[in-house]
Amino acid sequence: MSIAAIPLPDPMCPLPVRISEVVRETHDTYTLTTTAANGSGLPPFLPGQFSMVFEFGVGEVPISISGDAEIPGQLVFTIRSVGAVTAALVGHKPGDYLGVRGSFGTAWPLEAARGQDVLLVAGGIGLAPLRPVISHVARHRSDFGRFLLLYGARTPKDLLFRKQLHAWSALPESQVLVTVDCADSRWRGHVGIVTKLFDFVNLRPERTIAMTCGPEIMMRFVIRALRARKLEAGQIYLSMERNMECGIGFCGHCQMGPLFLCKDGPIFAYLQVERWLEGHHEL
Amino acid sequence: MQPEISSRPEQLPKGAEVRMDVPALELLIEALRERGYRVVGPVLRDGAIAYGPVNKVGDLPAGWTSEQNPASYRLKRRPDNALFGYATGPKSMKDFLHVSEIRTFAAEKTDGLFWILPASEPPPRYAFLGVRGCDIAAMLVQDRVLIGGQAADPFYEARRRNCLIIAVHCTEPASTCFCVSMGTGPRARNFDLALTEFADSDLHEFLVEIGSEAGAEILERIPVTIASTEMTSRSRALTDRAGQAMTRHLDKDRAVSLLRENFDSPQWDRVAERCLACGNCTMVCPTCFCVTFEDSTDISGQRAERWRKWDSCYSLAFSYIHGGSVRSSTKSRYRQWLTHKLSSWVDQFGSSGCVGCGRCITWCPVGIDLTEEVAAIEKANSAARKEDS
Repeated sequence: MSIAAIPLPDPMCPLPVRISEVVRETHDTYTLTTTAANGSGLPPFLPGQFSMVFEFGVGEVPISISGDAEIPGQLVFTIRSVGAVTAALVGHKPGDYLGVRGSFGTAWPLEAARGQDVLLVAGGIGLAPLRPVISHVARHRSDFGRFLLLYGARTPKDLLFRKQLHAWSALPESQVLVTVDCADSRWRGHVGIVTKLFDFVNLRPERTIAMTCGPEIMMRFVIRALRARKLEAGQIYLSMERNMECGIGFCGHCQMGPLFLCKDGPIFAYLQVERWLEGHHEL
Repeated sequence: MQPEISSRPEQLPKGAEVRMDVPALELLIEALRERGYRVVGPVLRDGAIAYGPVNKVGDLPAGWTSEQNPASYRLKRRPDNALFGYATGPKSMKDFLHVSEIRTFAAEKTDGLFWILPASEPPPRYAFLGVRGCDIAAMLVQDRVLIGGQAADPFYEARRRNCLIIAVHCTEPASTCFCVSMGTGPRARNFDLALTEFADSDLHEFLVEIGSEAGAEILERIPVTIASTEMTSRSRALTDRAGQAMTRHLDKDRAVSLLRENFDSPQWDRVAERCLACGNCTMVCPTCFCVTFEDSTDISGQRAERWRKWDSCYSLAFSYIHGGSVRSSTKSRYRQWLTHKLSSWVDQFGSSGCVGCGRCITWCPVGIDLTEEVAAIEKANSAARKEDS
């Protein structure tokens, strides 16, 4: 039995990229800007998508793209060192090379957000996949209503993009609120989990689109808080995480119910995942 | 005396049925090898009938069969010399098309920059001899997973595109089989050639159905004669009887909604008490496709390889993300496997992930039987419904 050939480049081979800039964000998190290494150009990406980032001989990990989608020719990754591959990745200097496969997965609903208030709720490294949304809103400020960012980190030391947080709060009709779970003596901001920040914003539920990314437990509570403030399920989007080893639905690791988080996600309308997120565990 | 039919059409049409004897089967294997196929068929290996290289009829397990029960597989002598008189063993076409270990690339590094080395050897061309209806159905399931979507698995695709399927209709299912429930057997479909073996009389012969141009072409120089209608009906009778002999059943359509609605069934706790989370079922399953990747370098650090290996959703590491595993309990892992196989697979790929081959029942070291588990979940579900009303 023979079947027709599907002419596609090998989706499993990484493309070499050159690191042009390394920014230390926190004690364990770095932002790497990469450009094409062999003149072949880089894949374009949509805010919310991720790449499989390859450290030669060590392994490959899924990393959300944290750069501005309107700056062509570069892929930016904000990486927290938590394991063998990420530790190796954050140890690089400008001029070093990495491998990249794809921009994979679904994107944040920027079209649906036009004309709406944009509410972003981020926890920890979860701010990185949302940063392209912020870049987009900042570039096209008049296309959107109010811009609200609620951001929680474990401690003041773990806050990402500190300078940018100030810049974003200075955007017209914007509110950026930051909280930490655990303060130190110099911290004068909010203390507590990110959902506490809802008490300090006035949402216009009829014209708000909410996007959230952070630990799954945080997102469950964020969704509850949003629903309590009269947002419909259809106004809520989230970025989900599971083990991903291939990025294109072949390795099987990222399944949740019938969903392959790598190709059906990582960005989902809440309605798509409600069934699996609420009530069941260990899915 | 019946005169031997010496003439036959030059090119047999698709759908034609011919008679072939054992010496002609030898010539068929030769013809396949001459055309560059690696012939893979049933061979005795490690106390089981597995698929392996077949170079001649003598490599086939003549006179052997298997007796299979939950957690039990035993080779047994047959009263005849049948070459294909067994139910499927632990191996399937998956072992050859979606191989258990493969290097996905090798790369070398100079001055920090790496490049991917060209693949060294072309993928093998396989002719599968003796595969069953369930095996072929499983291959079609893997087709949908690995080459039916937006991206194609290049390793699977290269092997799959060039393979030839010579099925043997299953006439002696094991006690663990339930292909009739899953609609995949015992009569094979989607083959290039399909054999029915008649080994019960003095005449050891085969009925050969031609399922494709490629199948017809391979038969061109093989001495076959037009099959009698009596032979055709005997073949049907054998597979009909095999289908009726099947004792295990599963309602595949019902399983889709049942498992979707029963994430919280108490049965998951009960099966988790027996399940060892060893992953045997996923290794022998002809449709399980999950893989993991391993990277390594040579001692200089200048040459790296990535290997792809079968993985199992029963391992704790399978669902590991920073901070821990998503499915930390055996219960959640068994639930993932069974619910995926019988329910969410349909949502993902439009067909069940189960073909009813029964391998997971035979090769489970504690004899967990998915047909029994589904029945138990159904029972618990009905009991819960009654309580509610």
